[in-house]
Amino acid sequence: MNRVLVRKLSSNVCETKILRRTCSTDVTHKVSTSGSNESFAKKNSTDDGPQHDIAIVGGGMVGIALAASLASKPLTKHLNVAIIDNNPLLGRKNIIEKGNPPDPRVSTVTPATISFLKDTGAWKYIEEQRHAYFDKMQVWDYSGLGYTRYNANDVHQDVLGCVVENKVLQSSQLSCVQESDLQKTIYPARLNAMDMLPSSSLTGLGEVPSTTDLFMRGRLAKLELSDGNSVYAKLVVGADGSKSQVRELAGIKTTGWNYSQNAIICTVEHTVENYTAWQRFLPNGPIALLPIGDKFSNIVWTMDPKEASDRKSMNEADFIKAVNDALDSGYGPHPETTSSRDSLSWLTGNVTISTKERFKTPPKVVRLSSERMMFPLSLRHAKDYVSKRVALVGDSAHTVHPLAGQGVNLGFADACALSKAIAEGIALGTDIGEANLLKRYEAERKPANMAMMAVLDGIQKMYSVDFGPLNALRAAAFHGAHYISPLKKRIISYASGEQALPLFS
Amino acid sequence: MLFSKPMNQLQRLLLSARRVSSSPITPPPSCLLHKRLFSTSDTDASAASLPSSHQTVQTLESKASSKSRNTSSTTSLNQDELAKFSAIADTWWHSEGPFKPLHLMNPTRLAFIRSTLCRHFSKDPSSARPFKGLRFIDVGCGGGLLSEPLARMGATVTGVDAVDKNVKIARLHADMDPVTSTIEYQCTTAEKLVDEGRTFDAVLALEVIEHVANPAEFCKSLSALTIPNGATLLSTINRSMRAYASAIVAAEYILRWLPKGTHQWSSFLTPEEVTMILQRASIDVKEMAGFVFNPITGRWLLSDDISVNFIAYGTKRKDLESI
Repeated sequence: MNRVLVRKLSSNVCETKILRRTCSTDVTHKVSTSGSNESFAKKNSTDDGPQHDIAIVGGGMVGIALAASLASKPLTKHLNVAIIDNNPLLGRKNIIEKGNPPDPRVSTVTPATISFLKDTGAWKYIEEQRHAYFDKMQVWDYSGLGYTRYNANDVHQDVLGCVVENKVLQSSQLSCVQESDLQKTIYPARLNAMDMLPSSSLTGLGEVPSTTDLFMRGRLAKLELSDGNSVYAKLVVGADGSKSQVRELAGIKTTGWNYSQNAIICTVEHTVENYTAWQRFLPNGPIALLPIGDKFSNIVWTMDPKEASDRKSMNEADFIKAVNDALDSGYGPHPETTSSRDSLSWLTGNVTISTKERFKTPPKVVRLSSERMMFPLSLRHAKDYVSKRVALVGDSAHTVHPLAGQGVNLGFADACALSKAIAEGIALGTDIGEANLLKRYEAERKPANMAMMAVLDGIQKMYSVDFGPLNALRAAAFHGAHYISPLKKRIISYASGEQALPLFS
Repeated sequence: MLFSKPMNQLQRLLLSARRVSSSPITPPPSCLLHKRLFSTSDTDASAASLPSSHQTVQTLESKASSKSRNTSSTTSLNQDELAKFSAIADTWWHSEGPFKPLHLMNPTRLAFIRSTLCRHFSKDPSSARPFKGLRFIDVGCGGGLLSEPLARMGATVTGVDAVDKNVKIARLHADMDPVTSTIEYQCTTAEKLVDEGRTFDAVLALEVIEHVANPAEFCKSLSALTIPNGATLLSTINRSMRAYASAIVAAEYILRWLPKGTHQWSSFLTPEEVTMILQRASIDVKEMAGFVFNPITGRWLLSDDISVNFIAYGTKRKDLESI
């Protein structure tokens, strides 16, 4: 325990050094990591740990997506990658039984993510498993003053998105990685400590410096795992979720707040097929119904914590009744379908198909097919995405509200951008842990992620207040989005990931 | 600082107010830059060939022409000077320091060099180390900004610079990575290497020729270093009005990217002149491209616009002419 503390202390010392250091490849540095030097002297390991180019900490959807993306590019597929994740099932060929009802943990993948997954070669595996495309979406709220319908044909596409179980996303990417030429090693352990020393010269070390020497001279980062192994890598990628160890060990600060809301997710069944994504904003939070295929749908219901624990524990029949109520006429009336005003056609522009669509009621839920899971919701954003020899992707860099299904899509976009930056760096002969390369990745993703977070947070705040004029404002927003076709096209295009920034893009 | 004759006309101009102390040693001109950082006088001793740092060596018999530069001989500089130099030796690799424009331009030049040389040597551009087994020389390597990425692309790189300090810095930095520690750095000149009879598959002289006394002779040396059918890459600044406005007025006076006096407009060469002197040196120019700076994104882009910064790629003719 003491050793862990010492290492933590030493890593804190390193962190402050990293924070103060500007991102430039300085030749000389003040070396004040005396604490860490002592701890390494104590740990008398005589053999070198394995050396990798990239260590991906976190084998979730986004971490494996990064590995798959690197494996699919000719410039990067020769790299040596380590994946560090505690999950013992990772790496084993897990065959997903098709007969089971869908897992409640699903994600909506946008068309931009679908093309990324096609590039990495994972999409063909996803199509073999259960997945559900949807081409229509309806959004409304409890006040009954307005609704918006979206249709993929509005932007001349076939689909608005696809709903896939998380474990399918993860295992299909892993299959890609395992079949590729990428040299990969999976470490089933947790990250305990991470260290990086300032750069110094390698003179006097001979032809082939040992891994420990390279680490002591700042060329490699050292990762200490929970099973006692040490792994060395040129670049450490933190893909370990919203409570990222890597982010903490690198000393990267975050801003954010907890939403006083929890989300309940579960799988439900209908009597008819569902091809539409439904979302209704209720006074305490939105409820979303997403098709998964085979007459199953996924429910994501956001509400305050007390209600959430009540609804989690109430019996099934009551729960189903509550769900149907929430989706249908509970809390408020249905919005009326008003015909589009012809006099405003100059404003509405080329009228899209969905403008003429009437308001529809979601299909009734008949059975609960899985356990109900509850998660607290929060917003978190890392101040920096990169640090010396560290890059953050996915939820470790940004955590968002699930109300627009964007979370993992931002993560996939991060993985895509980072692998692109690494490929460019290798093409131009840069060391992959170098600051300039990583900063290019940050400059590409940070503005886009922050913009999306601002939009989602704004929507969340706007819908959490029940106040007459605000309700009217929201109704106006619904009407605007529904009838003003150029605006609707823009919204669809932004939510589909085709456009990185909401404006000026 | 310490000058001995022959003194550059430029240096004379800039340092006319300074008291010249006697010293037998001529310092490398680039030290003038660093002197500027510490000196309290107002003259910017930046006649230095910053950021390029290369010069042809003047033999002692050569006349002090208006563009002649000082030789850099072995140093017996006093400890203070050595301390100052080693303290600012880092600035070569500081991406925000005085060499920032070069750092910004580096990825763009490397992109052009990589694609051109991959085509020249028929190598696969999507390979991570396409230049394995090829010998390159970086003439006027400075701190090794170009040599290191080329070494990472697999080439066997030799870097030469007439300024000893630069070579030392380059060596120090290259030793920080096992991949680049194989680079051979030498404090010498192209002419000396020609005399030693060395040849290379590709010869690169980026941002050098505008600081050289006799460009035609320099090109002949570059050509002699290239094997027949080898590649030569040269980059410089065009002698155009736009270049005067951007590379001199904007870069040196307004934006202060480069110290004043880094470049002399009259020593710039037009693309036609470059083509001509390379042709006389048995090198046929095959491609030319320009670098354009986008102030909004802060990035350099490759373009067809050769009116300011441009790079020329040529191949050595098979029939050698005697130099």
